[in-house]
Amino acid sequence: MELQTWIWLLVGLSFALYVGIAFWSRAGSTKEFYVAGGGVHPIANGMATAADWMSAASFISMAGIISFSGYDGSVYLMGWTGGYVLLALLLAPYLRKFGKFTVPDFIGDRYYSSTARLVAVFCALLVSFTYIAGQMRGVGVVFSRYLEVDINTGVYIGMAIVLFYAVLGGMKGITYTQVAQYCVLIFAFLIPAIFISFLSTGWVIPQIGFGATNQEGIYLLEKLDGLHRELGFHTYTNGSKSTLDVFMITTALMVGTAGLPHVIVRFFTVKKMSDARKSAGWALLFIAILYTTAPAVAVFARLNLIETVSEQPYITLPEWFNKWEETGLIEFNDKNADGLVQYLAEPELNELSIDRDIMVLANPEIAQLPNWVIALLAAGALAAALSTAAGLLLVISSSISHDLIKGVLYPKVSERQELIAARLTATAAVVLAGYFGIHPPGFVAATVALAFGLAAASFFPAIVMGIFSLKMNKEGAVSGMLVGIALMLFYMTKFKFGWFGGGSSADWWWGISPEGFGAVAMLANFIVALTVVKFTPAVPDDIKKLIKRIRVP
Amino acid sequence: MENKINANEYWRKNLRYVVILLTIWFTVSFGFGILLVDTLNSIQIGGFPLGFWFAQQGAIYVFVVLIFVYIYLMNKLDKQYTTED
Repeated sequence: MELQTWIWLLVGLSFALYVGIAFWSRAGSTKEFYVAGGGVHPIANGMATAADWMSAASFISMAGIISFSGYDGSVYLMGWTGGYVLLALLLAPYLRKFGKFTVPDFIGDRYYSSTARLVAVFCALLVSFTYIAGQMRGVGVVFSRYLEVDINTGVYIGMAIVLFYAVLGGMKGITYTQVAQYCVLIFAFLIPAIFISFLSTGWVIPQIGFGATNQEGIYLLEKLDGLHRELGFHTYTNGSKSTLDVFMITTALMVGTAGLPHVIVRFFTVKKMSDARKSAGWALLFIAILYTTAPAVAVFARLNLIETVSEQPYITLPEWFNKWEETGLIEFNDKNADGLVQYLAEPELNELSIDRDIMVLANPEIAQLPNWVIALLAAGALAAALSTAAGLLLVISSSISHDLIKGVLYPKVSERQELIAARLTATAAVVLAGYFGIHPPGFVAATVALAFGLAAASFFPAIVMGIFSLKMNKEGAVSGMLVGIALMLFYMTKFKFGWFGGGSSADWWWGISPEGFGAVAMLANFIVALTVVKFTPAVPDDIKKLIKRIRVP
Repeated sequence: MENKINANEYWRKNLRYVVILLTIWFTVSFGFGILLVDTLNSIQIGGFPLGFWFAQQGAIYVFVVLIFVYIYLMNKLDKQYTTED
């Protein structure tokens, strides 16, 4: 069968599956809409969390980033998995025991204050919108690349699908579609990886394969380090970033992961405290399958790429090279007109520029895998983008309908009205996200780090202290969150957008990049909160009782 | 009254588990994967320099194990100290 036919077939089938599941699991109450009725099985919830968590970026870009940065890419691998340990040990079980619908619910009740609730709503919206615009864009990009439609048409199709199942099914529809999406995306990621591992090393398991030897009996990593030295890149297994920066970025990503509202809210959907812990365990296991495969794919792809192109005559390069050249993701410019491809670290002499997404997208072609594998990859990338977008949409809609409208503005709103409000805000949010997908603000890429930094600087400390300290009061928590967010926004806008006088990497405070600054802002939150609490009124007794109640099963 | 003591004891034990497990969490990722990475890289396991392996593989495996150990410990603790929900 033709590649295009395969792609339409697999993408069409997967979409029909999502719509079918959504129809079967539509929500009838606010409890079903916000937390899927609260009775999701821990393993199903683990899968849903994994799909929710792994976005288009994890699926398409991460292996590529690691491929180009080697050891430095470890910050994403450890950062985006280690956060689940924090979730399981410090947050998820207690938030589940608390037993309401959203993160601002917890912050508002625990800190007995509408101000705290509003600050939390603001943070949740900021974090989620930043994230969702990138997802819709991802859907558009995948469509345009594989289905040869316009990017904007791709965004519209994606919007229609998400709208259908998120608005109809709420969290219940989202949960069960995410389970299906996890299966699609993990299958799509593993099949090419296993093939390539086997072809390069004879090992079927990629995690072992990338530490093994090739046909000539040389370790792949040794070979890659050698090639990197020859071409002038930093050696693959060593980093180029400072240890402090790597430390800070990893911290910010871990803590940010644990503080992301669309991840936390998934743990509200299970039956009891112990199920929340189990869910986190399963979620991390399901995520780890992809995250431990990605660095292997990175090595195979990098090695394949260098061996295929470096110092080779341009005219003899394989077909995929020209095909991806047409999309603009590979560019070759024969500067010294010798007809050979020079791929070097030195920008003056380098003739080849490669988009990092190629490492996953072109992998099946580079390894000459059958057409259906390529089609599967397209369906997998769409599953990754759609599942994350839907999870974020729900946070946005519940922040407005539940936390803002019911929680602060009109507490008397009826259940039916609230459900209508939730569906309307979800619709509005899809449209807005679609708008950002079609007209991407230039700062989308730059602000993904901001989303993590903000979550780390605001939610994480407020929730952890809310559970583990009986003394933390509203004044401390609110001032901590405000200082954390303000500091993070200041640093990001200064060094990413050039506000407040801008600055280059030489001006970074203590050499910490904006991506890692969330760790500093989080620390500031803790310090401010713990200081303020000493000079302000103590926590009321009924709140102390609440805290003690959520600590035990 | 007995209930209250139980709850306190439960919380104390829970905190001890959390501290121990987070210490391991920190050691394998920030310790082996970042701070000690250059030292560990002088040890080679198969094709992997050990520090690099921890940063890109080992830490993640340990994370998964840590959560399941915590689940096991807490399930046991839950049984010992069941308080009414």
